[in-house]
Amino acid sequence: MEKKKMLSRSGGGRSAFVSVLAALLCIVIGLVCGYLVLLAINAEHAWADGFVRILKGGFYDAPYGVGRTLANAAPLVMTGLSVAFAFKTGLFNIGAAGQYTLGAYGALYCAIILHLPWYVSLIASAVLGGLWGAIPGLFKAYLNINEVITSIMFNWIGLYLVNEIIYAGGTGPMYDARNTRTLNLRRMEGAEGVTIPDFGLNDMFQTNSTTIAIFLSIVVAILIWVVLDKTTFGYELKAVGLNKNAARYAGINEKKNLVLSMVIAGALAGFGAGLYYLSGVSEWNPLNSTTLPAMGFNGISVALLASSNPIGTIFSALFISHITVGGSFLSTRYYPTEVADLISGIIIYLCAFSMLFRGKIAKLLSGKRADKTGTKEG
Amino acid sequence: MLLLIKYTLLYGIVLMLVALGGMFSEHSGIINIALEGIMVIGGVAGVLALTLMPASMPAWLVVVVSILAAAVAGMVYSLLLAFASINLKADQTIGGTALNLLATAVAVVLSKYFSESGSAKLNYSNRPFLFSIGGLEMSVFVPLGLVLLVVSFVVMYKTRFGLRLRACGEHPQAADSVGINVYKMRYAGVLISGALGAIGGMAYIVPPVQTWNFEVGVAGAGFLALAVMIFGQWKPFHIFGAAMFFAVFKSLANIADSTFLANLGWSSNIYNMMPFIASMIILAFTSKNSMAPKAEGIPYDKGSR
Repeated sequence: MEKKKMLSRSGGGRSAFVSVLAALLCIVIGLVCGYLVLLAINAEHAWADGFVRILKGGFYDAPYGVGRTLANAAPLVMTGLSVAFAFKTGLFNIGAAGQYTLGAYGALYCAIILHLPWYVSLIASAVLGGLWGAIPGLFKAYLNINEVITSIMFNWIGLYLVNEIIYAGGTGPMYDARNTRTLNLRRMEGAEGVTIPDFGLNDMFQTNSTTIAIFLSIVVAILIWVVLDKTTFGYELKAVGLNKNAARYAGINEKKNLVLSMVIAGALAGFGAGLYYLSGVSEWNPLNSTTLPAMGFNGISVALLASSNPIGTIFSALFISHITVGGSFLSTRYYPTEVADLISGIIIYLCAFSMLFRGKIAKLLSGKRADKTGTKEG
Repeated sequence: MLLLIKYTLLYGIVLMLVALGGMFSEHSGIINIALEGIMVIGGVAGVLALTLMPASMPAWLVVVVSILAAAVAGMVYSLLLAFASINLKADQTIGGTALNLLATAVAVVLSKYFSESGSAKLNYSNRPFLFSIGGLEMSVFVPLGLVLLVVSFVVMYKTRFGLRLRACGEHPQAADSVGINVYKMRYAGVLISGALGAIGGMAYIVPPVQTWNFEVGVAGAGFLALAVMIFGQWKPFHIFGAAMFFAVFKSLANIADSTFLANLGWSSNIYNMMPFIASMIILAFTSKNSMAPKAEGIPYDKGSR
């Protein structure tokens, strides 16, 4: 009885199990490819100085490394949620990077110029991110332009815009010319209360940027799961994603829901930027006008690996953060740290057709009764 | 003024080449969002070929070999997209995005491996690629691009292959019913886009500078080329016009600080933003009668109707 109930509920326990297996398979293949690359670059040190360090991640230099993993995972959970939420409602939010950029500006403006407490700044970052997310939503709803194209354009528009405002020819009040970054939140005047509190986490991990951000992101992830799976609002959003026309026929305002989906997705990405910059992990560099923040795109990896499950994003974000930190511990004498990026790149490429894996695994598990429900997601 | 023309031509040709690549892919029915990544791969392959060749080789051979190396690398890389989206019927935008992420990582790992300093910067000589006409310094990619433009037009609209390719992007079931192998045509479309995109990536990197840091990739040029392709309504000569239009803004960004434009007080960020805003406005106005291939983005399944 219990088992049957679980199966009937939105995808069901089996398909969740299959998704996890498929994700693990992607990870294993990705890691094997990474190991082969390490072997090709320098065979002698590939195991101990290369592969093991990536696998150990932050634990190589615990507790400091673990603290870094957590600090980086918090924004990743959020951008992952942003992409996953959009996926669930039938949209591909490739614009998380741009929304993240705007969110970073919102947070930094409130913190540096207005000296507002951290929770207000966080809300500001979510609002700005949501605003930036609304644009592709509006274009899609009223002009029927694919959100992917719009998001890509507005990623760059957002980056140039934010850099221009912060830098302002080198005279911007938020800009610290000595470090060519925005002002350091912990060292500037009036810094009291603008950063997210750490409740002793920094001492525990011997870092200076491990805050409660990771817990906030986990709370949001659970919240999003509840909204999507347990509320009428979430049901409507998903219905629009699955079939726009059927949703309209059922009396759902599909244009409003579509825009709302993008606003929420944008707000999530913006919130992530707030978590990152208000924790003081690093400062914004307005002179970098050539690369969008990687967090936005890594969010896509996180969402794919989690097959768009909000709870799953927590774990996949921790994993991506884990191997990225692991990569940074690679000895640069032998290996470039980007091997970790290479591994996550391969993993997300595999995730792109993980539905194939899922189909195969489901077939193996259930014999002839192949579970097709898992194949429609992602 | 001469400087403006030079930059516009150099950058416009890059955008045009890559957008033409995208055009071939989309006419076959595959959305190629991986163009950015293909450019990076083409760039790193071309530059590596350039640095690894002995200095004693004649200049024309250096040019030919390195461009070929880039094109081949781009084709191989685009095979990954073709395999995922044609055989495995994966979501094309997701597959493409994954390849974009992967490309930068591959390029950085490769360049760090081959560079002497251990950084992602590669040094090379761009002399063989440059020539000058009446004081206007040009790269070989300009005439090459113009030739490829004409060839693209002829292939797309004057040959049996082009007609079949377009059929696969418009209505693959109909194409299949008259004996066209849709899978093969789509592979062809993606491979051509890989070659053109990779040559475009090399054209972006090599002519203007003698050293390139592959950590920055190609700074969104591939995405801009996608906009150029849409702006050009998936037609070769329209794409050429759109590319030049976009390139003017980019060139203004490059020379903004050093010329009369400095008086306006606009920074390069604003000029850089303009083509993106322009393409959004154009998109908004043309969205009602888009010329996009009808079946793009939809995996072809023989069994579906």
